[in-house]
Formats: sequence, C-alpha cells, structure tokens
Amino acid sequence: MDLSRRAFLKAGTVGGSIALGLDVSEARAEMRDLKIARTTETRSTCPYCAVSCGVILHTLGDRAKNVTGSVVHVEGDPDHPINRGTLCPKGMAIKEDISHPGRLTAPRVRKPGSDTWEEISWDDAIARIARHVKDTRDRCFVEKNAKGQVVNRNPGMGMIGGCTDTNEFNFLQWKASVAFGVTYRDTQARV
Amino acid sequence: MAVNELEVRRSSASVLGFLGGARKLPTVSKYIDTSTCIGCKACEIACQEWNDLPEVATVQAGSYQTLPDLHAGYWNLIRFNEMEHGDTLVWLMRKDQCMHCEDPGCLEACPAPGAIVQYANGIVDVNPDKCIGCAYCASGCPFNVPKFAEKTGKMQKCTLCVDRSRVGLEPACVKSCPTGCLHFGTKDDMLSLAKGRVAQLKATGFAQAAVYDPPGVGGTAVVTVLAHGDHPEWYGLPKDPQVPLGVKLWKGFLRPLGFLAVLGAVVGAFGHHLYHGNKGHVDPGPRDPDETGTAA
Repeated sequence: MDLSRRAFLKAGTVGGSIALGLDVSEARAEMRDLKIARTTETRSTCPYCAVSCGVILHTLGDRAKNVTGSVVHVEGDPDHPINRGTLCPKGMAIKEDISHPGRLTAPRVRKPGSDTWEEISWDDAIARIARHVKDTRDRCFVEKNAKGQVVNRNPGMGMIGGCTDTNEFNFLQWKASVAFGVTYRDTQARV
Repeated sequence: MAVNELEVRRSSASVLGFLGGARKLPTVSKYIDTSTCIGCKACEIACQEWNDLPEVATVQAGSYQTLPDLHAGYWNLIRFNEMEHGDTLVWLMRKDQCMHCEDPGCLEACPAPGAIVQYANGIVDVNPDKCIGCAYCASGCPFNVPKFAEKTGKMQKCTLCVDRSRVGLEPACVKSCPTGCLHFGTKDDMLSLAKGRVAQLKATGFAQAAVYDPPGVGGTAVVTVLAHGDHPEWYGLPKDPQVPLGVKLWKGFLRPLGFLAVLGAVVGAFGHHLYHGNKGHVDPGPRDPDETGTAA
C-alpha cells in the first residue's frame, strides 16, 4: 500500500477525532441541483378551464437540432396578467396531461347500457356523432312555440367548446350550432 | 461534490463548533395565511411535481384531506379541521410541512454528524448521504414532520425548496398558491406582512387573531397567521412547542459529559504513565529447586 507520511498523519488525525467525538461539523452541505437550470422555457396557455392561466413549459435541452424536447416541468407564468405565476392543482399537473401513460390518445365510446369504454377510430366516431346529431334534431326539433311564433330551435342538444379552441374554430362551431338550431351553447371563447 | 452546495449555519451531532458562519445570509421564510386558504391543494401538487415525488395512494378518512398525516413521499399536506366555535362551525385549513425552526429539535436529536443541517439562509435539510435512518429526528421534532422512507431507508421532509431558494427562486408551493395566502421573502418581511394581516383580521371581528412564530423553538421560518390565534391546537399546531427534554438532556448534558469522560480516560491513562512510568520488570527471585521437577 502506497501511503505517504502526510496522508497517514491526516487519516490518523481525522480517524482519531471521529473516534473521540471531536467532530467539527462541515461548513457546507450538498443539495439537489436546480432541475430547470438549462431547460427551454416555452409560454403556453393552460387547457383546463376558461380562466386560461399562462404556463411555462420546461422542456429538455436547448432546442438544438438533435434534441427531442419532452416536457419535464410546468410552472405558472409570472408575466401573465391572469394568474401572475400561480396555478391551481389541475394546472400544476399539466405535465401529466402531456406525458402520463394513462391519458387518452384515441376516441372512445360508451354505448347505451354498457359499463365500459371502447376505443373507436376517428372516422367511426365522427360518423356516429353525425348520426346522433341528425336523429336528435329530427326528434326534438321545435318549429313554433306555444304562441305560434316560428323559433326553429333544437332543445335536445347543447354545444360546449373548449377553452383552448381558437377564434376560427369557435366561429365555425357557432355557425354549425346555429344551423342545428342549438340554443344551449357556450364556446368558452375567453382566451 | 463542490458544485452545488450552500454554507451551513449548524449541523447535527457536532461537539466542537462548526466551520461555517463566514457569510451572513438573511433567513428565508414562508408566510401562510390560514384565513385565506381555500384548501385547493395546488401547493400539494406543486410540491410533488417539483420534487419529483412518486404518487402516494390517498386515504379517504371522511374529509377532504389527502392523507391522514405527512408521508415520506408527501411533504406538504393541507389539514382540514372542523371545530365548533360558539354556536357555529369553523372550517380551518392549514398547510402542514416542515416549519424550519430556528433551533431545530430534529437537528438536536440527530446522532449522525452532518445528516441534518441548517443552511446559512435558515433552511433545515436532511442530507441523505449522511442520514442513517434512525428516525431520532422524528422524536425530536415538536411538529411530527420528518418521515421514514421505506424505499431508501432515510428520513425525508420538506426542504423549503432549497434548490430553488439557493438560486433566488421562491418555493414551488408558494409560487402556485392562487389565493395568495402563501408568500415568500425574508423572515423580517414575512413577519411584518403577518402583523399587518393580523391587524386586518382583528378589525374585522377576529379578536384572537395572532401570528404563530413559537419562541420555544427559537421561532420558525414558516410564519403562520391564525384567525383563532388563541387555539393553535384547532389547526393541529402545538400551543408551545419545545425540543423534548430527553433530547436536550442527552445532547446538552450527557453527550458532552461522555465526551469529557472519554477524554478524561485518555488523559488519565497518559498521566498515569507519566507519573508511574513503565511497569518495571519484577525479579521473581531464585526458583525453589524442589519445584523444578529435576529432583527425582
């Protein structure tokens, strides 16, 4: 064993000190690294409700060509006038909305009387919705009200938009629901 | 190793002082206004998310509270307390986490050198490299905060996001709070904020409103405003928290005494050697020829 005189004396002093309880506490201690020190920050809007809080998505890497930037952390945007950095528990959990293995990735249907959700294709889902819209409108359509006035309304349906829908999408959605005679409608157009 | 560290104000299980103290940093502090907490639990999720803690199975015990108690993987818990006050029911929510005491009972009780440290900015933290998982800190804590993690065999608790505060960021829980009942700043600033809020509460019918900053543990780096300040126990807080007497006796008296005893034994032995010198060779004298076995 190659042990210099200096190292031997050092080891002896330290060992002896520990044995005797002559421990001097350390001047410094380690801690966890700031995990977002060099992540890429991207501004976005929380998709959960119509309040539309600003969020910052932290993604891996610095946007270099060879990096796939998956989301590693989400925080409120302190510069956003709505929430000024704060978020509710749902907003705090957006990372899971993006990366959780249990999230929805395909349309699903729960047929009448069934207790399970089945995955269906987008084509089947849209065809099914169109069928139901037509049937419901035919069944529920009200041409005139009790006073005999023409109303052409369809009280059997409602239309609810999502808070992340764009203006253009909301325009189309509004047009379509008016054409169906839907009076119960909300685009959540607050973004 | 020397990349990511912070100067230490105090460290567990040290007898002869410490090497820190070269720099003076203001104590960072968390302000909690229990009267404006709505129990949304954003802080709980922010804590889990920032610290990358695994999901802990929730327990339904008849209230909105996520878990009955803090957990090694759940460092931040809103406690929902229902109390009868006069002829009304009061619903009190309090954010429970490490209080980061000025004189931490956990640090006092810890027998592993350097396993619990108080950084220069007042944050009390467990160093998992040095922690031996004996759970003595749990017995020393008047707020019952440190929890044993089965998976790692170490104690875990809130770090006041020391990784964030070290670079000048607020803790994750404080940042998330939508009602603004949480604030972050220096202890002095948080105390003056709390005093202002108490005056406001007193003027609006809460005559007993008070700041909870218990002197028994030297004050805490978590400044709590209680609308019913005369009943901290309603919020699940001890009325006058103290470091347990056993811990004080052991660390303040028995341990130094033991240290002195060991030192005394060594010095005594050496003194004895100096005074009496080596044990000399004692001449047993000539042997009795009868016992030599040579005579037949």
